[in-house]
Formats: sequence, C-alpha cells, structure tokens
Amino acid sequence: MSVGNNVGSGAAVKIKSPKKVSQRLLTFAALLVIYIFFCFFGRNFFGYETALNILDASVYIGFAAIGVTFVIISGGIDLSLGTVQMCSAMVGGVLFRKLGMPFGLALVFILITGTMFGLFNGFLIAKLKLPAFIATLGTMMIAIGLSSVISNVQTYNFPARTEVAGGWFKDVFSKLQLDNGWTIPTGAILLLVVLLLANVVLTKTKIGRYTYAIGSNEEAARLSGVNTVLWKTVPYAISGFCAGLAGISYACTYTTVLPGSGSGMELDAIAATYIGGASTTGGSGSVFGTIIGVFIMSCLRVGLPSMDLQPHYQKLMTGIVVIVAVLIDMSQQKKH
Amino acid sequence: MTGISKSFPGVKALKKVSFDLNEGEVHALMGENGAGKSTLMKILSGIYTRDEGDIIYNGESIHLKSTRDAQGKGICMIHQELQMMTHLTVAENIFIGREKMHGIFLDEKAINTMAKNLLYKLGLDIDPTELVGNLTVGKQQMVEIVKAISFESKVLILDEPTAALSDAEIAALFRVMHDLKAQGVGMIYISHRLDEIKQITDRVSVMRDGEYVGTLITEECTDDQIVNMMVGRTIFEEPKAVSNCPPGAPVVLEVEGMNAGKMVRDVSFNLRKGEILGFAGLMGAGRTETARALFGADIKTSGKIKVNGKPVIINKPQDAVNVGIGYLSEDRKRYGLALGLSVSENSVMANYNAFSGVLFVKQGQINKISEKYVDKLETKTPSIRQLVRNLSGGNQQKVVIAKWLIRDSQILIFDEPTRGIDVGAKSEIYKLIYELADEGKSIIVISSELPEVLRLADRIIVMCEGHITGELPAGSTQEEVMILAHKRI
Repeated sequence: MSVGNNVGSGAAVKIKSPKKVSQRLLTFAALLVIYIFFCFFGRNFFGYETALNILDASVYIGFAAIGVTFVIISGGIDLSLGTVQMCSAMVGGVLFRKLGMPFGLALVFILITGTMFGLFNGFLIAKLKLPAFIATLGTMMIAIGLSSVISNVQTYNFPARTEVAGGWFKDVFSKLQLDNGWTIPTGAILLLVVLLLANVVLTKTKIGRYTYAIGSNEEAARLSGVNTVLWKTVPYAISGFCAGLAGISYACTYTTVLPGSGSGMELDAIAATYIGGASTTGGSGSVFGTIIGVFIMSCLRVGLPSMDLQPHYQKLMTGIVVIVAVLIDMSQQKKH
Repeated sequence: MTGISKSFPGVKALKKVSFDLNEGEVHALMGENGAGKSTLMKILSGIYTRDEGDIIYNGESIHLKSTRDAQGKGICMIHQELQMMTHLTVAENIFIGREKMHGIFLDEKAINTMAKNLLYKLGLDIDPTELVGNLTVGKQQMVEIVKAISFESKVLILDEPTAALSDAEIAALFRVMHDLKAQGVGMIYISHRLDEIKQITDRVSVMRDGEYVGTLITEECTDDQIVNMMVGRTIFEEPKAVSNCPPGAPVVLEVEGMNAGKMVRDVSFNLRKGEILGFAGLMGAGRTETARALFGADIKTSGKIKVNGKPVIINKPQDAVNVGIGYLSEDRKRYGLALGLSVSENSVMANYNAFSGVLFVKQGQINKISEKYVDKLETKTPSIRQLVRNLSGGNQQKVVIAKWLIRDSQILIFDEPTRGIDVGAKSEIYKLIYELADEGKSIIVISSELPEVLRLADRIIVMCEGHITGELPAGSTQEEVMILAHKRI
C-alpha cells in the first residue's frame, strides 16, 4: 500500500488528511511564486498599496467562494450565487433608498434574502431531488429577473463616505482611513473573521461533518440514519448567506448596483474552490484552500496590468490555472 | 463445445467445459449463481472469446469474433435483461442495423411488412408499428425472439427468459418454443425453475464452480438428482448442528405482511434475542430487498413491524436506526462507507448526535470510542485517522460493524457479510458474528453462499421470487434449502 507518510505519528490524533495539507501547501506555494514573479517583473507591484489592492479585489469573491466551498464539498454546485449576490444587494438598495429603511436594517435584509435563496436551492435539491446544476441554474435566472423587477430596472447607489445615513458603510466593510494616513483594510479583516468561522464550522461542528459525509457518500450517510434532506440543505443555505455577505461587500466596494447583473461572478468563486483543491465529486476541500485560490486570481488581476497586460488577460490566465490545478490534484489522487 | 476454458483476472471461470446441442432440441443448462453458465453462453454467442477449446458448429470448427459474427452464423442469445430500444417501434427494433433503404430514405413500409410476416409465422398478435416501450415485458421478449429468428437462427440461447413473466406469458413462450423446435431450431434454456425444465426441455446439463458436472435426460431424472448435481461441492465449513438460541428467548423483531415492489411479497417472520437468522435463496429472490424495505431504505407498500413487542413505523433509515436496527449492506463501498473519510469519522457516522455538543463535535470522545472499537474488533489499521479506502475488505467490514455497535444497535442485518473478503478474514467475521449473538444482539444474515448460511444460522428462512417459501432449523442440508429456493408460490 502506498499509505506510507499518511500513517505517521498516531499519538497526536487529529482528523485531517495529510494529503490535503500538502495539496494546500502546493497551492500556497503557487500563490507565492505568482506574487514574487510580479514583484520582480511588474512595475511598482511590491508594496503595501498593491497588497491592499489585492485584498480589496479578493473580498467579495472571497465571501462567495467560502460559501460555495460548503456546497462543493457536499457534492453539489451552486451556479446561482453570483446573481443571488447582486439581487440581495439590490433588495438592500431598494429598501434603503426607496422605502427609507434604516441602513443597518437594510443590510440585515440583504443577508436574509441571500439565505432565503439558499434555502430555496436546498429545498429543490435535497427535498425535491432536482439535480443541483438545474436547480441553481433556475435560481440564477430567477435572481436576475427579480433584481430587475424590484428595482424597476433602475440603478441603486449605496452610501458614499460623505453621506450622513450609512456613511460608516465603507469604514466597516471596505477600508478605514486613519488620521495618521494609514489605511486599515476592514473588509479584508472581516473576510478573515468569516474564514476562520467557516473553518471552525467545517471542521469542528456537526454541520461540517455531515457536509463531508454527504459529499463522500450520500447513500451511506442516509443508510446510517443521517437526515440527508436537512443536512444537504444546510450547505446551500450557507452558500446563500455568504452570497448575501458578498453582495454587501460588492456594494461597498463599487457603490453602484446594476439591475439584472451578477451572472459570471459565481464562476470566479467556483474556480477558486477548485484551485484550492476541492474535489469535483465532493467529499474534500477546505476554506483555506479556497481563499488561496481567490488570492491567486486577485494576484493575476492586479499583477497583469502592472506588466502592461490588459486586465482581461486575468480571465485567460485564471482558466489555465484552474485546469493545471485540477490536473495536479488528479495526478496526486492517482498515486494513492 | 468441447474443453472450453476461460479465465478472468484472478479467477478461472471455466475449466474444460463441454456442451452439445442437437437440432430441434431444448437443452437446459443449470447451476448455482457463479457456476459459469452465463460465461459459457457468452462465449457461444460471441461476447467473450475462449482461452482454450473448440466450438464445432454443423461439423465445422468456428471462431466467433463478435455477437454480430455469431448472429450471422445463426447463433443468438436472448439476455435476461432485455436489450431493446423502447422508443423505437417493434419493426425498427427487429431490423436495427439492417434497415431497408428507399433511395436515401428508410423504407419503413418494407420492414413493417417483413416484421408482420415474422410475427404471423409465430402466431403472435403484435403490431409491428407499436413502440416497444408500450408492450408488456412478455411481448418485448417475444419481439427479441422474433428478432433472433429474423437472423435465420439455428441456435437460440435463452437466459432465464421466464424470470419476469406471468404464467400466461410463460405458456405463450413455451408455445413459441414448441413451434421453433418443430422448425429445427436448437435452444439452450438457462433457468433455475425445475418445473419449467421438466415441461419444456429434452436434456439437462449441470455446471458447478466453472466445471461441467453431467447431463441427464429430462424424462428419466428426478428433481433430487438435478439438485444433488448442483450442490455437490465439498463443504469446507462445518455447518451448525443445533441452534444456539434458547427457545424461550424473547422476540425482538416481528415483521408481518410486508410488501415492497415486486421483490418483497407478503413477507412475515420474527427474530429472537441472541438469534442468528439466516436468509437463503438464489440471486434475485428478494432477500436484500426485504432487508432494505425493513430498514426503510426502500419504500414499503404495506406491513407491520414490531420491535420488542411495540409497533414501530419505519419510513426511512433514520427511523430504523432510532429503534435500534443497523444494516450492513452487501455493497460496503457504495452503501456502507464513506471511503474518502477516516476510520473514526466512519465509526461515528450513525451517531453524531451523541458525540456533538450544542456547537462542536466532541472530538476527544470520538477518538476514544473509535480506538476502543478498533481494539475490540481487532481492526487492522495503522491509526483511526487512516482513510477507510486504504483498508482491506475484512477491516472495512469491521469499521461498518463498529459503526452500528457504537450506535448501540440491538438488531443487525448482515447482507452478504463476507462478500469480497478473503478466506482468512471470513472466519474472523464469522467469529465476530457468533460473539455478537452471544452478547445478546439479534442478527439477520443474508447470504448467497449456502455453506455460510448453514454455518452461521440458528434458523434459516428461504425465499424465492419475493416470497418466503419455507423455514428450516439449524442442521438442515444444502439440498433441503435448494429445493425451497426453487419453489414457486
């Protein structure tokens, strides 16, 4: 058997497969290589400012990617999170601007909207047994339509720094400018908090265990008496909630929310998850891996222009990275 | 066919088997599951190629490269699972691959007329333009036969053709077979049903463990003779002579009038504390289906279940697990284990509720109990962190057993407990099952290996076609079980 290094010290008992750790290290090394490459060859790439830019570009995709990681580990897919993200943001914008709801409360409703969409997906997939691809494709379109309907095809703006109502928005969800000139990336800090929280949920709670179990072998879990309808719904609800968070973060970074937008954004999040080592058939993956995947993509987005390449080269490069990452993952699987 | 041998990686499926068929004869081929009947017939119909031996057809040695090749020579096999395109018409199915053309277009009219003639010749009332999907299984089978005849077949192999047919359809099939016989077609008839063999065949050949055992003239032989030839293998394991379960032990499980689909029909039985109840029968007798229905894995249409005398409702596996039933599937890898997860994660999969606080899982306790059962069951694993994928079959089975013991299940259903497990590990699993029964667990063992059932069971229930056909005490013989396993109700 080729288990060799897999066995190792039986003393410190911790449930973590060493294989996945090395996979994550590999992804992390790839991120470092890409970063260092741009430091050498990009103009003005190295520095706090650029690092902040990379973080900035990572935040909203990061939230969405953390959410969809749960779904992908459970063996499903969520194509709806891009448009759900924008539709949830739109709900918040309409409540705040048109109906005059207090801004803080409007933000809560953004999260509720996202979660509701997630529960709807979960209901279709776990209860009505619709294939995840079809169910979330449908929800994706519903979310596009709904955001146009409720906004009456109007663009909505979120509060700028100068606004009285909700002026704190950017301070909390994007960046806080200190009087001494320093910038604190509050958005990135929030992402870090959510990341750590998500990791705890995934590794230390029943939710996480059942997510892995269902992704690994749903039928075996069902025959073990696990309520698979409930526990298969939960990852979609988490994904929806995170899409809501992503919506808030997007609105904060870009201020303007367009009706009927968001399609395509889910693919960035899903790609990050696969770069981070999640298996296409479910049962494996981690939120740390996913976040590294997000950073790799942001690094390319910020780095390529510094080499006088258009930003749209980022998509091209990301595509290559996804394919290479999954190929490496597969060749590692084969060794076992 | 003389001296035919065939090996698959790791198994010698056929060992110098000989078989012959005369013109206009119906020749039965019998044997237990895995005896090599299907392999032999697949060689004759061109699906497999032989390693050794000779096929002599009309006095000429032949080599069949494909089913098409065999069909061209007039040898056709009708498989148990019908291979029909249900969205095409009867005529289209018969002439698929041999379509008649009218310029660049298909000549539907021509094939419909040809199909009509063929159907008429066999006296069948089937419309050639009907979609095959709209026909009953019996009629679909007739269409398969007509298709075979359309190749001018001289040899027809029928693999358990009556398995899915009603009595009226069987009668119709036999009528058609008589007609074909009169036309000089030779037929090889694979079936487990002794009554049908008596009715329709001229000779019976029996195979066992990949070897040819012998041939009898149907008119001159008895059922017992055939069954003896089928089970004559030497028994390595000592069968249990008497029940270890005291007659006064309380009944823990009662099943009454359970029905589920076609394979579970009016099944009633009970199980006592500390008893090992064996379920015997041929493949497809409905034993696994009974277990799955009882466990709530499949939907039941009716039936009452009592656990410890109290009526319970089991609609899903969760319900069964909650009343203390554990099911160890015949296919561990698909239904029993999450292969990509560790020994400890699989061990507590049925029981996270007990090992989870309000927020977090209690990893310390999980590790402790997993370790405990690794020791108790002597599971060979380098650590409880090891992925189950990397364990051997016997040790994987032990992880599944640990899962149900940790859940404190009182009733354990073992479905083919030693499938895919090597001989050494087998006796270990047997020992474990004995010990569990001694500790007071109640056990159901489903097995297709008769010696296994005879060795383990305190009482044996035999099923055939979804019905329970009888119950035997410990110490019964293979012959007694086989007769019940072939009995139709």
